[in-house]
Amino acid sequence: MLERSTLVALIVVLGGALLLAVLNQATAAASAMHVPTYVIALAGKYLCFAMLALAVDLVWGFAGILSLGHAAFFALGGYAMGMYLMRQIGTRGVYGNAELPDFMVFLGWKSLPWFWHGFEWFGFAMLMVVLVPGVLALVFGYLAFRSRVTGVYLSIITQALTYALLLAFFRNDMGFGGNNGLTDFKDILGFNIQSDATRSALLVISAIALCAQLLVARFVVRSRFGKVLIAVRDTEARTRFLGYRPESYKLVVWVLSAVMAGIGGALYVPQVGIINPSEFSPANSIEAVIWVAVGGRGTLVGAIIGALLVNFGKTWFTGLLPEFWLYALGALFIFVTLFLPRGVMGLFTRREKLAPEPEAETPTASAAHEVTG
Amino acid sequence: MLRLPAWLMLVLLVLAPLSARAQETDDAYAALAGSAGIPSAAGFDSVRRGVEQLATSGDPRAAVVIGALQAGQLYARADRALFIKQPDGSFVDARSGAPAPDAAGLRPVRLNNAVRSAIDAALGSLRLFAPDAATRLAAAEAVFKSHDPAALPALTRALAKESDAAVKTRMQQARAAALLSSGDASEADRLAAVAMLRARGDIDARGFLASLSGQPQSVATAAAAAITAIDRQLQLWSILQSVYYGISLGSVLLLAAAGLAITFGVMGVINMAHGEMVMIGAYTTFVVQQLMRAYLPGIYAINLLLAIPLAFLVAGAIGVLVERTLIRWLYGRPLETLLATWGLSLVLQQAVRSIFGANNRDVDTPWWMSGATQLGGLTLTWNRMYIVLFAVLVLAALMAALRYTPLGLRMRAVTQNRRMAAAMGIRTPWIDALTFGLGSGVAGMAGVALSQIDNVSPNLGQGYIIDSFMVVVFGGVGNLWGTMLGALTLGIVNKFLEPVAGAVLGKIVVLVLLILFIQRRPRGMFPLKGRAVET
Repeated sequence: MLERSTLVALIVVLGGALLLAVLNQATAAASAMHVPTYVIALAGKYLCFAMLALAVDLVWGFAGILSLGHAAFFALGGYAMGMYLMRQIGTRGVYGNAELPDFMVFLGWKSLPWFWHGFEWFGFAMLMVVLVPGVLALVFGYLAFRSRVTGVYLSIITQALTYALLLAFFRNDMGFGGNNGLTDFKDILGFNIQSDATRSALLVISAIALCAQLLVARFVVRSRFGKVLIAVRDTEARTRFLGYRPESYKLVVWVLSAVMAGIGGALYVPQVGIINPSEFSPANSIEAVIWVAVGGRGTLVGAIIGALLVNFGKTWFTGLLPEFWLYALGALFIFVTLFLPRGVMGLFTRREKLAPEPEAETPTASAAHEVTG
Repeated sequence: MLRLPAWLMLVLLVLAPLSARAQETDDAYAALAGSAGIPSAAGFDSVRRGVEQLATSGDPRAAVVIGALQAGQLYARADRALFIKQPDGSFVDARSGAPAPDAAGLRPVRLNNAVRSAIDAALGSLRLFAPDAATRLAAAEAVFKSHDPAALPALTRALAKESDAAVKTRMQQARAAALLSSGDASEADRLAAVAMLRARGDIDARGFLASLSGQPQSVATAAAAAITAIDRQLQLWSILQSVYYGISLGSVLLLAAAGLAITFGVMGVINMAHGEMVMIGAYTTFVVQQLMRAYLPGIYAINLLLAIPLAFLVAGAIGVLVERTLIRWLYGRPLETLLATWGLSLVLQQAVRSIFGANNRDVDTPWWMSGATQLGGLTLTWNRMYIVLFAVLVLAALMAALRYTPLGLRMRAVTQNRRMAAAMGIRTPWIDALTFGLGSGVAGMAGVALSQIDNVSPNLGQGYIIDSFMVVVFGGVGNLWGTMLGALTLGIVNKFLEPVAGAVLGKIVVLVLLILFIQRRPRGMFPLKGRAVET
């Protein structure tokens, strides 16, 4: 049984993507109904961002973990996909080297580094899309939750994590293309990555993936597991005293969220055509948090709405008034936190009680005071 | 033979009653003309001898003449009189420097490779007698690098005349190196030379000693021992240098984090716009410098001293404004504060970009802050030294302000027990605003210091925000001593990792270590204890 907001979201995302794809494929370029390919790519990009937002909402909205480094998982998934796409270039690169990607030839490398092996197989690459962010999240989360790092401290070390990865991926020696990242992709599973048909297909696949993620996330938070999770978010100490192990619950949802972000990143790369270390920048992760805040924290559907709204706004503003976008984004951060604590969803959903009530707490400025909300 | 009359003239000159030194000089000048006209082996040989003689003659015009010869501007007349072609095409007499009215029939003095290398050596040893001490020092160093035994006579004479102690030491070292390279020095001399180089103790001395070969057994043993000693010494200096770099980086981190220790450490406000307060301080310095250059050029040298209080006021005022309009609505909701202040940082960055442009702005370093001093094997740059000093002063002032001023007393009271403080008549909202202003003002002062060592751009603050938070969390929230120790530890660990792992990888390693550290000690090195901690 699905509630109305989820149902509407599923229909709009899937139907919208299909409609765009059909209008792009079935109509002539001159027709008024025709959807240009750049719109298809843009829509696909938004849907991938929506997956990242969904992942952030799952941990922030339901487990109280404010991650300022979720874009790291997104980017890692993207790099795994990028590596597969690089291996598909084969001899069509600038240097025509069948074995090595262009940047390695340029850097004078003689053989493929060990961690690049296997990425010529699509299945292996897809496994890595899930495994790499998942394992990183598992190790990081295990260490963090076991020693009860919570609240702001956790936020700051997640930010440090993505910052460290940013610095690492900028290095040429890392073997991931350094500053330029991975680009110049040719085809995916034999289909030309530039063609309209492939792009339309990727858009529809992204929409399906997003809907699947929404259903999985919804299932998780509605289950018994999800109820404990919400209890952990609201009063972690009390949940612990009731005999639950909050760290295990957090760890499971944290890893799940990282994998969701990784899948979003993997679908993002073929549609954008490039992945570089700037995807790891802490600003990206914080932007993802604001998408969730705009849509409404702890509502899942709100995260998708927020991601689509803010990114559409970004495209629109940067086209219209490029100078103005950072003012607008900054003002959005301030406005939403001050005046719209429950986001866009809070404006028109009153019946659903998934969202937490904004805590009416007495102002306290104690140094060690911690509120997860 | 065409030149026969010239030789006769020379003989006449030689016979003239001159001092031996002057006669040597005359010989030299005459020999220099040897290769004018048709080149011949004997002619070049004569020029080479002339160069060598002139170099050791002590003639005041020797450097000019040999320099002209090197540049191909030395000309000879048929009677072997020498002239230098000036850049404007006129000629002067080489010997006297007087203008030469008649420039007919001149031929350039030609060079071959043997002459050229003689010129190089001669110019080197000539500079050993230069009136300027710095030139002599450089010349002695050049001889040390070449360790050419041919320079020995010149060095010996220069040493006899030398009065500057530093130059003299350098010349002795050069002489030691030349002695060891020459074939005919006694074993005792060689041992003394090795001891001299061991005392010098730097990487060049080590390199030279390591390159020695064909020495007597005792000298070779002494050289090997000297190399070991120098290695130990160099290692010690490099450790000290790393410590100094670490302290320097630590003081920068401390400056950036000191304000955060107030806003985050004492008030518990996550201010992601803290870096932008630092950036505003740096831009205040820029504006102060521009204004002073325009209106007060007379006291321009003290612009930084003026910029420090101004940066404190500007950033502090912005801090108070931010607290009153934004932060105060978000107390007790740290994650929302984080997001709102991040938004604020975007707005501030873009505002500065709109006003000052996206490019880096030039901020001068005053003369009294530029340069460096050498302390043993350490190079200490003045600007870094001043920043270390400034960081210490800022921290001391901050601690004093919290401990001894009425405002500090109230701040501590509000932090420890807000309700009780309010009951005692303290206007807590006002104290909140002032505390936030103090933290922001300190960040502004840090910006003045950072403008001296970093690019002043709208992104200046972003580079420091993560580091600052790390320092505060590492040191223990709410503890200024912890902040200081955290900054210094991070700085020194960073600088010791850098040579091993490289700059970027070193930073990554530090970040990973910090992440692991926070897992072990989530409340930092010096956690607050007592009832104030509500876990």
